[in-house]
Amino acid sequence: MTTKPALKDWPLWEVFVRSKQGLEHKHCGSLHAADAGQALHMARDVYTRRQEGVSIWVLPSSAITASNPDEKGEFFDPAADKIYRHPTFYEIPEEVGHM
Amino acid sequence: MYTQSMDIPDGAAKKPTAVPDAMSEQEAAFEARIAADGRIEPQDWMPAAYRKTLVRQISQHAHSEIVGMLPEGNWISRAPSLKRKAILIAKVQDEGGHGLYLYSAAETLGTGRDEMLEGLHSGKAKYSSIFNYPTLNWADVGVIGWLVDGAAIMNQVPLCRCSYGPYARAMIRVCKEESFHQRQGYEALLVMMKGTEEQKAMVQDAVNRYWWKCLAMFGPPDADSPHSAQGMRWGIKRISNDDLRQKFIDATVPQAKVLGVTLPDPDLKWNEARGHYDYGQIDWDEFWNTVAGNGPCNKERLATRVKAHNDGQWVRDAALAYAHKQQERAIKEAA
Ligand SMILES: [Fe+2]
Ligand SMILES: [Fe+2]
Repeated sequence: MTTKPALKDWPLWEVFVRSKQGLEHKHCGSLHAADAGQALHMARDVYTRRQEGVSIWVLPSSAITASNPDEKGEFFDPAADKIYRHPTFYEIPEEVGHM
Repeated sequence: MYTQSMDIPDGAAKKPTAVPDAMSEQEAAFEARIAADGRIEPQDWMPAAYRKTLVRQISQHAHSEIVGMLPEGNWISRAPSLKRKAILIAKVQDEGGHGLYLYSAAETLGTGRDEMLEGLHSGKAKYSSIFNYPTLNWADVGVIGWLVDGAAIMNQVPLCRCSYGPYARAMIRVCKEESFHQRQGYEALLVMMKGTEEQKAMVQDAVNRYWWKCLAMFGPPDADSPHSAQGMRWGIKRISNDDLRQKFIDATVPQAKVLGVTLPDPDLKWNEARGHYDYGQIDWDEFWNTVAGNGPCNKERLATRVKAHNDGQWVRDAALAYAHKQQERAIKEAA
């Protein structure tokens, strides 16, 4: 039994689905497709068989630039000591009520 | 879907990896995250054995979804009504979708889709043995939905909490769709059980043939399952084979009663002290023999799968040629 090379040449696409009007597109997975149009059609069949979406984005996986997890420290730590960015940092007299 | 316990090595037996004396900083961070029940994401450092175990398990799981389309697919053209046909097409299409979610999750570990398919098509990779049994009549289709998907659900629900993020997320998606699979099967059987004596006998016969095979889907007993402990430690596996099997049996006995069928096990009885049903001896020799490739349908399933793949080659080639042509045209027009 021999098999032919499979999907080597079909690039990988990342799929983002907007579940309903008013919400953001959310990453839900990836798939292989020859081009963007086909990727959209396949994304519809794979990820929205039960009306899980009203809009789909696809983009080549190779187009994504991700932050490096090994540099998570240097990258995100600068925000860690800025507690004055949070509303709870400020004490407001109780009689002011909700603010 | 359908996982059987994925403790089944593809080829060479793998010995559980020992914890090294001196852990690297990365390894310590990984272990700490696992210990805190945190999640591992694709870009995170992970031990080679963890990655390898996941690739094997997720790809076997994906293969099971894809091969799992075949036994039921056989009945699409012979479904007893248009309604049942539409339902069955939707179910089989879901299984194809499950396979794709899972291949996509496995690819985040750095193994290509083509490599995984090559593993399946060459017979090197395993898939759930339950699909190496034939679907002889329409009752089998109902029983697969009720019992095979039912067993799969038991297996898959804990995988939604798997330590590897993409696998866990794929499983959440899968589990949302499985309930329909089980219910449509059970309901199809309920209808048959209101039919003629002959139809009732068909249901009972299908249950008799599938019951023990479904129990084996949970994999070998914990005592004979050396990889299980490591999988549990890594948070890949959350509930042991025997515990899942027991949960399945306890859930299924009352369903069988409502349906009006008996389960083919004289030792099956409620044990007040344990708070569970006791059950008889599973034929593990038969299970291993089927895993080894000697089940009634192993060759047929693989051949059907390979033929479908090869027959689709021209479609993949044409789509790619079209995409290239469009690209070239766009470049020319821009110039
Ligand atoms: Fe499935
Ligand atoms: Fe299913």
